[in-house]
Amino acid sequence: MTLETGRKELRLYVIGFALAATLTAVPFAVVASGTVPRDVSGWVIALCALLQAMVHFRYFLHIDFSRQKREDLQLVLFSVLLLAIMAGGTIWVLANLSARMMP
Amino acid sequence: MTQDAPRHPGLNLGRHHPEAHAENEKLMFGFWVFLMSDLILFGIVFATYASLTNPMGQAGGPTPRDVFSLTSAAMQTAILLLSSFTFGLASLALKYRQPSLRAWLAVTLLLGLAFLGLELRDLVQMVADGAVPQRSGWLSAFWVLVPLHGLHVAAGCLWLAVMLVQVTLFGLTTQVSTRLARLSLFWHFLDVVWIGVFSVVYLGGLA
Repeated sequence: MTLETGRKELRLYVIGFALAATLTAVPFAVVASGTVPRDVSGWVIALCALLQAMVHFRYFLHIDFSRQKREDLQLVLFSVLLLAIMAGGTIWVLANLSARMMP
Repeated sequence: MTQDAPRHPGLNLGRHHPEAHAENEKLMFGFWVFLMSDLILFGIVFATYASLTNPMGQAGGPTPRDVFSLTSAAMQTAILLLSSFTFGLASLALKYRQPSLRAWLAVTLLLGLAFLGLELRDLVQMVADGAVPQRSGWLSAFWVLVPLHGLHVAAGCLWLAVMLVQVTLFGLTTQVSTRLARLSLFWHFLDVVWIGVFSVVYLGGLA
């Protein structure tokens, strides 16, 4: 029983590692090739980063939607919400200001 | 109620550590609160960096293309990701009290030091090229963001070294086990922050 569980957990780490490695390799390959237009590569980088962060949380940090872990999930989600407001707001306001000050 | 029921996120220590398993719930939640405050800190520095990554912020000085190397960034990324995986193996060895624990911790420590070595080499090269913090707003933000992550990794390496000594001296006592469980959260968290660093700073700068 214990051995079985251990093997299952090991498999989850291997799956997480394989997913994370793929999601790292794709944006690096896109940038290294240099043939992809800049706005497309930007979206690929952002999407892969978001997915990879979710893979890390799921497989390495073991945050998921199971019942026992609700408080911690809420803590993470609330922190991310605060961060999105503060960081997103900063970038928005300053990018707007920068565009208006361009000669 | 079985002793294996998960009580908190992160790898639960489970039935091989009954006392530590029970004690870990509060400790892990508290550590998550710290990690999330750290995430806010990193996020704000990221926002500063993003706001200064434009021609005005670069003030006619060096641009990402002048100072970054995609190869070096890819090597650092691969090393850090691999170290996250080897720490996962260490966590499993801890959970099932296997003797391989110290070996995986040592491998993780070596990978962490290799990462720091590469990053330090890049930073020294940047100083040699005149890409110092006072050159432009963009470089100031870079020198806050990337070394801040590096300092975290350095702290993680120190913590790893201390835990290697503690595991050797005290064995897997309740305190040692719960400390290792928190260190694993810290280490995996730093790898998540690195996703942001390589995506925003290196890939974003070189795309």
